[in-house]
Amino acid sequence: MAHDHDHDHHHDNDLNPMTARVKALETILVRKGLVDPAAIDAIVDTYENKVGPRNGARVVAKAWTDETYADWLRRDATAAIASLGYTGRQGEHMQAVFNTPETHNLVVCTLCSCYPWSVLGLPPVWYKAPPYRSRVVIDPRGVLAEFGLTLPADKAIRVWDSTAEMRYIVVPERPEGTRGWSEEELAALISRDSMIGTALAGQPA
Amino acid sequence: MNRPEPPPGPDGPAFAEPWQAQAFALVVSLAEGGVFGWSEWADALSAEVHRPDAAPDGRDYYEHWLRALERLAVTKGLTTPGEVEGLSAAWRRAAQATPHGKPILLENDPNPA
Repeated sequence: MAHDHDHDHHHDNDLNPMTARVKALETILVRKGLVDPAAIDAIVDTYENKVGPRNGARVVAKAWTDETYADWLRRDATAAIASLGYTGRQGEHMQAVFNTPETHNLVVCTLCSCYPWSVLGLPPVWYKAPPYRSRVVIDPRGVLAEFGLTLPADKAIRVWDSTAEMRYIVVPERPEGTRGWSEEELAALISRDSMIGTALAGQPA
Repeated sequence: MNRPEPPPGPDGPAFAEPWQAQAFALVVSLAEGGVFGWSEWADALSAEVHRPDAAPDGRDYYEHWLRALERLAVTKGLTTPGEVEGLSAAWRRAAQATPHGKPILLENDPNPA
């Protein structure tokens, strides 16, 4: 059942069959008292940082080291990302937004929790939470400050609102002092949050 | 057998979609709760992933994982195939009846059994 192409890709509330089956099983097991939904969430949370974000970090590290790839990523992120083996199964399109000395990019989904799973894994809890979703658009600078990120006043902040059809990944600026680093070494500096835009890439130790 | 790590590795995502993580977490939770043992689980999963129609690149790994969980739950008398089918359909109806941006709740199913 690898290829279930229903025609409602754009409709977030159309559960794919696998999601519905997992929910059915969870419902049964919770009713029987065999699993605790909070424990399930905790397990997912534990694994969330071990999985997806590395994919995005590889995309960014490649863009930092390979100008041709960076250009491709800028023009057609869906294809450039798929070339590394990371494809979504919902038919969503990807756009990569590049931070520059003038502009910082920040990603949100104001409507629900649309998120680039294929490159970032499962969204963090705060990304799905109403406070982030509602406040980022109104006061991005204030929200970033709460994440411990204070940007210069003359740096513009651009907020990208994800949808089921279009998902964004931020390409942070490459840190100073990393000339000659390998993609692998660079990827270690690229956190999940730096690809959402609530952090910058890490500095070399 | 120790708790399994999510399948590796350097070249691919362990979870491509949230349902896979949920299915993974259900199994971890059940095993840690003693509902079944890890070796029992390994046998059930192994039977699924070695089916002749399994994808060679393992992209359907979690579909096998979920099927193994369903079978084991049925074997243990925790559910029946019909119950899983019925509730899956109920969840899909509930999702379709839920406005975008609102949490999907089973209670939103307009045609409960």
